[in-house]
Amino acid sequence: MGEAIVITSGKGGVGKTTTTANLGTALALLDKKVCLIDTDIGLRNLDVIMGLENRIIYDIVDVVEGRCKVSQALIKDKRFDELALLPAAQTSDKSALNAKAMMEIIEGLKPDYDYILIDCPAGIEQGYRNAVAGADKAIVVTTPEKSSVRDADRIIGLLEQEDIEPPHLIINRIRNHMMKNGDMLAVDEIIQVLSIDLLGIVADDDDVIKAANNGEPVAFQPKASASISYRNIARRILGESVPLQSFDEKPSFMDKIKKALGFKK
Amino acid sequence: MIWIYCETTKTGTMLKLSNNGMGATKLLMEDSLYIDRDSFKGLKYMAGNKLVTIKGTRDGLTLFLNDQCSWDDILLELEEILSAKHMMQEEHVVSVKVELGNRYITKEQEERLAALIRKYNKLEVGQIVSNVMLRKEALKWKEETDIHLYNKIVRSGQVLQVKGDLLLVGDVNPGGRIIATGNIFVMGNLRGIAHAGFDGNRDAIIAASHMAPSQLRIAEMINRADKMDEEGTPMECGLIDADGEQIIMDRISVISRYRSDLDVFERRIMNG
Repeated sequence: MGEAIVITSGKGGVGKTTTTANLGTALALLDKKVCLIDTDIGLRNLDVIMGLENRIIYDIVDVVEGRCKVSQALIKDKRFDELALLPAAQTSDKSALNAKAMMEIIEGLKPDYDYILIDCPAGIEQGYRNAVAGADKAIVVTTPEKSSVRDADRIIGLLEQEDIEPPHLIINRIRNHMMKNGDMLAVDEIIQVLSIDLLGIVADDDDVIKAANNGEPVAFQPKASASISYRNIARRILGESVPLQSFDEKPSFMDKIKKALGFKK
Repeated sequence: MIWIYCETTKTGTMLKLSNNGMGATKLLMEDSLYIDRDSFKGLKYMAGNKLVTIKGTRDGLTLFLNDQCSWDDILLELEEILSAKHMMQEEHVVSVKVELGNRYITKEQEERLAALIRKYNKLEVGQIVSNVMLRKEALKWKEETDIHLYNKIVRSGQVLQVKGDLLLVGDVNPGGRIIATGNIFVMGNLRGIAHAGFDGNRDAIIAASHMAPSQLRIAEMINRADKMDEEGTPMECGLIDADGEQIIMDRISVISRYRSDLDVFERRIMNG
C-alpha cells in the first residue's frame, strides 16, 4: 500500500514542482514505484519539467469527469518503468477538481505505487484543498526569504487542521554566501520559527534550471549539488538517516597556495 | 447597631432608638416618638415573625430577607414595615443594603424590590447581595477571571482569542495574533500581534519570555515594534504607563512596581 505525500508551500515560485519532479525521480532511482500527480489545473508545469508534455493524451480532469480511466491518463516515464505522471488539465480551472474525486483517484493508485507525490498549486484556496485532500503526509517547501517563510507558516497552520501527519520541511534555493553574510535567513532561524522537522536543504543551483529546460530533472545528474540534495531527501523519506549537506565550497588551487604561504587563513 | 426599645403607655407605644444599649433612655428621650396601635402592627415583624429583619449600621440600614418563605410574602411584609410612619423620621437619605441570603432573584424581581424600597422617600437602594448565583453567570465569571492555558504555536493567519487571562506555552509567529480580555503571558517567542485588555481593560499587561512582537495592543492603544530591535528582548513586559499615554516596555522582574494587584486570587476576590 502506497503513501501519498503532498508537496506544498503557500507561496508560488519556491520550487514545489521542481521538488516534486526531482523527489519523484530520486525515489524512482532508488527502485520505488512512484506516481506524480499535478493538481495545478490550468497552469500545469510538472509535465514540462519531466519532459513528458507531448505525450499527454488524457488528464486528471478527464478522469474526474469520466472520459477515461486513471490508467489511461497515466503517462509512464520512458526512462523508468517505475515512474508515472498524472498530468493536470491546461484548459479548465481549479473548480474542475474536488476533494472527494482526488481522494478516490489517490486511493485507486495506492495499491500500485509505493509513493504518490502530489504537486500542490500555490495559494490556500480550492486548489490547495484538492491537493491536500487525499494526502497522508505533507512536505512544505520554503526558500530562505521572509515572505516565503511567512507563507510556509500559514500553510503549516492549515495543514495542522487536516487529518495528516505533522509536515516536514525542505528549504530550497539556499545561497550559501548570502546565508553566511546574514543577508538571507539562516536554516536554524527558519526551523526555529516554523518548528517542524527538517527533511532537507537544497542549494540554488544553476543546473536545476538547465535540467528543467531540457525536460530532464536534475536528479538524473549524479554530480550536481541539487541532485545530491534531492537524492538525500529521497533516502530520508525511505527512513535512512543521512547527514545534512554542507554547501561550503572546496578551496581552489590558488586558495591552497595562499594558505600555504600564510596570506589567507 | 441601633437598639430599639418599646414602652407601652396609656396613649400608645413609645419606641426608643439608641446607638448603644446603655444610654438608650437618656439619649433618646427627646427623639422618642409615639406611634399608634396600627403602626405597631408593622413593627411586630421586627421582633416577631422576622421575614424581614432590619439592622442599622454606620453606613445605613441593612435589610435581611428570610430566604425560606415565598417572595410575595417578603414583599408584602416589607411594604407593611416601610409604610409604617416611624421609618420616615430620619432627616437625611439612608442607603439600604439588602441581604437576600440563599435566595436567587431575577432582574425583574430585583427591580421591583428596589422600586418598593425607593417608594418611601429618604430610602435609597445601595446594594443587593445574594449568596447564590446562576450556574451560567458563575461559569461566565470563571471564564473571565481564569487563566486559560494553551500549548500550541499560533502561526501566521491564526487567531487565538480568550476571555480572561491567556497563558500561551509556545510561540506566536509573525502574522499570528493572540487576543485576551485580561493579561497575556507568553512562554515562548512573541513575534506576532498580542492584544491584551481587549474589551477596554487598560490595566492589562503583556509579558513574554522572548518579546519581539510586530505589534502590542492594550485596550485601544497600539505600540508598533521598532525596526531596530527585531532581535527581541528576553523576559520583557508591556503595559500602559502611569499617565495612560503610551505602552511602555520593562523587565518582567520589576512589574510588581507597576501592577501590585496582578495576583490572580486576590483579583478574583475583588472582582467578586
